[in-house]
Amino acid sequence: MAELAGTVRAYRRLVAAQARSQAQYRASFVVELTSSVLFTVVDLATMVVMFRVTRRLGGFDLRAAFLMAALASACFATADLVAGNIDRMRQRVRTGQLDTLLIRPLSALGQMMAGDFSLRRLGRLGTGLAALAVATSYAGVAWTTGRIVLLPVAVLSGTVFFIALFIAGGTLAFWWIESGEAANSFTYGGREFTTYPVTVYGGLLRHLFAYGLGFAFVSYHPSLLLLGRPAPLGLPGWLGWCSPVVAAIALALATVIWRVGIRHYRSSGS
Amino acid sequence: MFRTNRLHVSGPSRTVRAVDPSAWQPVADREDADGWLPHGTGADRRLPHQEGADGRLPRGTGAGRRLPHGRGVPGPLRTGYMLARAGFHRYATYRQAALASTFTNVVFGLLRCSVITAAAAGGGGMAAGYHRAQLVTFVFIGQGMIGTIALWGDTELSDRIARGDVIADLLRPVHPVLTLLATDLGRAGFAVLTRFVVPIAVGAVAFGLYRPHRWSTPPLFALSLLLAVVLAFACRYLVNATAYWLLDARGAHLAWSIASTVLCGLAFPLWFLPRGVVAVLWVATPFPSLMQATLDVAVERGSAPLAAGMVAGQAAWAAAGLAACAYVQHLAERRLVVQGG
Repeated sequence: MAELAGTVRAYRRLVAAQARSQAQYRASFVVELTSSVLFTVVDLATMVVMFRVTRRLGGFDLRAAFLMAALASACFATADLVAGNIDRMRQRVRTGQLDTLLIRPLSALGQMMAGDFSLRRLGRLGTGLAALAVATSYAGVAWTTGRIVLLPVAVLSGTVFFIALFIAGGTLAFWWIESGEAANSFTYGGREFTTYPVTVYGGLLRHLFAYGLGFAFVSYHPSLLLLGRPAPLGLPGWLGWCSPVVAAIALALATVIWRVGIRHYRSSGS
Repeated sequence: MFRTNRLHVSGPSRTVRAVDPSAWQPVADREDADGWLPHGTGADRRLPHQEGADGRLPRGTGAGRRLPHGRGVPGPLRTGYMLARAGFHRYATYRQAALASTFTNVVFGLLRCSVITAAAAGGGGMAAGYHRAQLVTFVFIGQGMIGTIALWGDTELSDRIARGDVIADLLRPVHPVLTLLATDLGRAGFAVLTRFVVPIAVGAVAFGLYRPHRWSTPPLFALSLLLAVVLAFACRYLVNATAYWLLDARGAHLAWSIASTVLCGLAFPLWFLPRGVVAVLWVATPFPSLMQATLDVAVERGSAPLAAGMVAGQAAWAAAGLAACAYVQHLAERRLVVQGG
């Protein structure tokens, strides 16, 4: 118990130190915070622009599509805040900095999340959550107890799902140092995928991303439940409640990949 | 710290003469160990900067081969030609990185293509004057162009300015803008063979591409692509050059990456936006000339004279961009304070 308290304290110190250091350069911080907000706005605006040439996208109107996009955005933003810096794995592996983490008495993964914690990503998170609030009222969600419970469950599950992706993607660096960008296909690509209704994608792409990798459970199925709509592809409605299960499986797989990767790691040799 | 005032050799000799090999080594070859060059997994790869000044290239590009002397290329162009070749070889060394980026471009191409064609289907088969095959082509060539014009992630010059390494560039007898432009053209040459063709091939197989009807389209497209590369270079140079004044160019880089993503036609064809907004973008900003113009030429949106007009507009922006680079470099050299030491 005392050990756990010590661990928590150590992480809190790491995060606090990062926050303090980033707040030192005020102008830089303001610029980065602003751009973090803009990135989210631009993503959502891109989705809205699609509705300038059509009234329905994959069978959904703007209100429904915006709810899916906002939910995806909120999940991604939270995951990005917690684990987005695992992107820097490849630099750490290449420069041998990872060794520094390995000799400390804390989990390397935890240290990487806490030690590279990026305060500016709060901008993205704030925008994502604000967009979600706007989207639920714009879509006219009829609130029932079930839906009030579902919304935070969906946000949390989606967040955990994206965190799992960041971890799995970052772990690629153990095998292919310069291939970090391929992981973006699934992290940033996943955000892109979840922004739109699954019905937009055809055939193989839908099977692979939506159900093979589980992206349909981030925003699409929960949004259908929130909107009280049957799934157009003839799937049962309760799938919207499955996102915690999918997220748990994803996190378990990511942990396994991480463990295998870190055993595989042989330092940079320089 | 010491203040410089035009440290490098000035005068006509700096642009054209073939110079001693160590002097024309591209900027990139002086990259330090903290740069992005992979030297990770051990001694299997030698960093270019570990090479002597004997003009040998790192392994993987034909180990131990002497650099070409550019014989057969007319004198005034020889330096530029050799720099471009060096740029080509530098990027050809990092095949794994190119492969990973290409993979990402392909995945994004498939995703964006699905969304845009779904939008067109919802809008009765046409979207803002593009039909389905044109949109598919638009998306995949756009994905291929990201790496070709190197839209994002080029912070090399601003890093060198912040560290003070830029002094080495100023000491060389070739104008820094020309050095980097030649190297960048070589880089783009390698990118055309890898990052450009792969997404287009995937798009052709997965969805089928638009075939141009006018004979003038392929040559005009090639010219347009070249101008986009030059303009993108100029824009990136200017963004990086803010480091001469700010030292920390992160804000400029972020602003550039946001603006270039959304305003150049990559996220969606600009014609999806209201007419007035598009008109302002075309006239007042270089963004449409980076991508939208080239893509419109490729899918033959509008008449042949309109396509020629768009390419002319690109040429004007590219020329203005290079002129701005030269001017900014001139200003920067007058006030540069080299960091460190």
